[in-house]
Amino acid sequence: MIKSDRTFFLRPQDMIGIAILAFLLIVILPLSLDNFRLQFVGKYLTYAFVALGLVLCWGYAGILSLGQGVFFGLGGYCMAMFLKLESSSVEATKIQTTPGIPDFMDWNQITELPYMWQPFNSLTLTIIAVILVPALFAFIVGFAMFKRRVGGVYFAIITQALAAIMTILIIGQQGYTGGINGITDLRTLNGWDIRSDSAKTILYFVCVALLLACILIAYFVKSSKLGRILVAMRDKEDRVRFSGYDVANFKVFVFCLAASLSAIGGAMFTLQVGFMSPSFVGIVPSIEMVIYAAVGGRLSILGAIYGTLLVNWAKTSFSESFPELWLFGLGGLFIAVVLIFPNGIAGLWQTYIAPRLGPLFGGAATRRASPPATPPAPPSPSAAAPAAAE
Amino acid sequence: MFADYSLAELGSIFVMQGFAGLILFSVFVLMALGLAIIFGQMGVINMAHGEFMILGAYVTYFTSQFFLNYIPSLFGAYFFLAMILAFFAAGALGMAVEWLMIRRLYKRPLDTLLATWGLSLILQQLYRTVFGPREVGVELPNWMMGSLPVSEMVEVQINGLFVMALTIAITVAVALLMYKSSWGKQVRAVVQNRVMAGAVGIDTEKVDRYTFGLGCGIAGVAGSAFTMIGSTGPTSGQLYIVDTFLVVVFGGAQSLLGTIASAFTISQAQSTMEFFLSGSMAKVLTLLGVVIILMLRPQGLFVIKVRR
Repeated sequence: MIKSDRTFFLRPQDMIGIAILAFLLIVILPLSLDNFRLQFVGKYLTYAFVALGLVLCWGYAGILSLGQGVFFGLGGYCMAMFLKLESSSVEATKIQTTPGIPDFMDWNQITELPYMWQPFNSLTLTIIAVILVPALFAFIVGFAMFKRRVGGVYFAIITQALAAIMTILIIGQQGYTGGINGITDLRTLNGWDIRSDSAKTILYFVCVALLLACILIAYFVKSSKLGRILVAMRDKEDRVRFSGYDVANFKVFVFCLAASLSAIGGAMFTLQVGFMSPSFVGIVPSIEMVIYAAVGGRLSILGAIYGTLLVNWAKTSFSESFPELWLFGLGGLFIAVVLIFPNGIAGLWQTYIAPRLGPLFGGAATRRASPPATPPAPPSPSAAAPAAAE
Repeated sequence: MFADYSLAELGSIFVMQGFAGLILFSVFVLMALGLAIIFGQMGVINMAHGEFMILGAYVTYFTSQFFLNYIPSLFGAYFFLAMILAFFAAGALGMAVEWLMIRRLYKRPLDTLLATWGLSLILQQLYRTVFGPREVGVELPNWMMGSLPVSEMVEVQINGLFVMALTIAITVAVALLMYKSSWGKQVRAVVQNRVMAGAVGIDTEKVDRYTFGLGCGIAGVAGSAFTMIGSTGPTSGQLYIVDTFLVVVFGGAQSLLGTIASAFTISQAQSTMEFFLSGSMAKVLTLLGVVIILMLRPQGLFVIKVRR
């Protein structure tokens, strides 16, 4: 057993990195962007939760899930159901045939609040549901699959199918879910108007605070013994198994953790944007979320945040000026990030910039920057079996 | 749910839905064959498979337009030329993609998935830019239109029958190629043991490239057949990709027979349920059923035993 040589889970350079990110998100961006743009950043940051989950799940444990949108959506829908119930009070909906239920249910001839909507009358239960429902779902899926040693490509395809199923289900069950339009027209949170500018700014800071908390959790998991087992498992699963560890349990845990992180992002998304729809659940958004983590660097917790911001910023500015070009750009990004820089921005940083910054800060801090400290070695993060040399 | 129908009606519903299921089955088999070759034999996930299929569909569309405008007398036969063109167009693109991209990624299967997804986005946008965002449909030659009455309540469409016949022909051709030709033997050897295959003098890189090309070419033919029963747009390919992957995985990735059996099961289940439930619920139940069976039996229906 490797004895840890430090008692605290953050190394000095991690703390510097987190401090810089916090400074950027809390001070620089709010001061330099107008309210409209800041809300965009807030929206991007909700995706960063998903990217963070993917770094743990895909980067460290080697499990590529193409269904993270499902968890993002579950979290978002839980929150949206609460907000929708609040905005469909009996007074607000008295023109409906059945007052007191959400408008889309009324349109679909539903006369009673469905059973599964009942818990969402309470904010406490909603917050618990945001975290637990996706984790429970991830547990069922993960337990069934990892116990049977399904992994790699098969897991990716099955999670993708789950994303497809979820979208079709949401769109098909219009009366219960709001269908393709999703749950819209959300107004207040416990009486607090979430649509005003001041509320949006406050929600931005709440989102940043939650994200920083999640980053700390991610660092804690990464530096714990569990994090090392995850990496070991990714690289040589059989050896970990033969050492007496139950590999499946660790995988299930990290998959559930990633699901919960994504769901928190989804709930924050609903709060900041004011609606939730199946277009954030399906296959296309789910794979797009993988690219955020990949661009940032699949092994870098902070890189995932920067990657998310960068890709989304590029997406918004491209779609504004050259909508035609964006898909070319996104497609090219997928190919480039796989073929040319597999460790993303974080990899480029460690190869080209960190070595030069090292001497400035007294060397020791940045030299042993982060796990992949050997830049020229070919990366093999996706747990591919090392086939024989060709 | 059966109470409202008489026995004779129920019988013909099952036959008609069964026939609709058979058309869906043909499309699944054609798409899945190409994918099964690429995924099963090479272990590569090709997310752009749907786009190769759409390329075939566009080639067919333009061939039909060409025949319509320049040699209308031969219009009845355009489809056969279109199919061959579609095969070579998609196959050539596939080989180019293999050479530029896939061959660098054989050791990282999850990364191929991301890269080919990027490729599919690029191809979709390319189709949209070049061919326009609207869906296009081909004109069927006269002999393919109409339907054959089987009994009073049951009739079958000729284009559907044609697609089925085509599917059978292509499946037989692929089976012969894979199991009877010396090239097929090489492919199977590379699948079972790449190093040994290389050691006995098989050019594994060349086998890989042609296998990938063949898979994509079959996708092109599938797209060509697809135009017979539906219209084609830039994003039509994406609609089928998940179903097709499930077909391949469900069947057991390396077995052609398994692919066919699973395509049959999935398409029949879906189209029969579609009549009694809403279309979306039928699809949800089918996919969910497949996913649950895969969780219980991850290796799929049919497995070939290989010593690793």
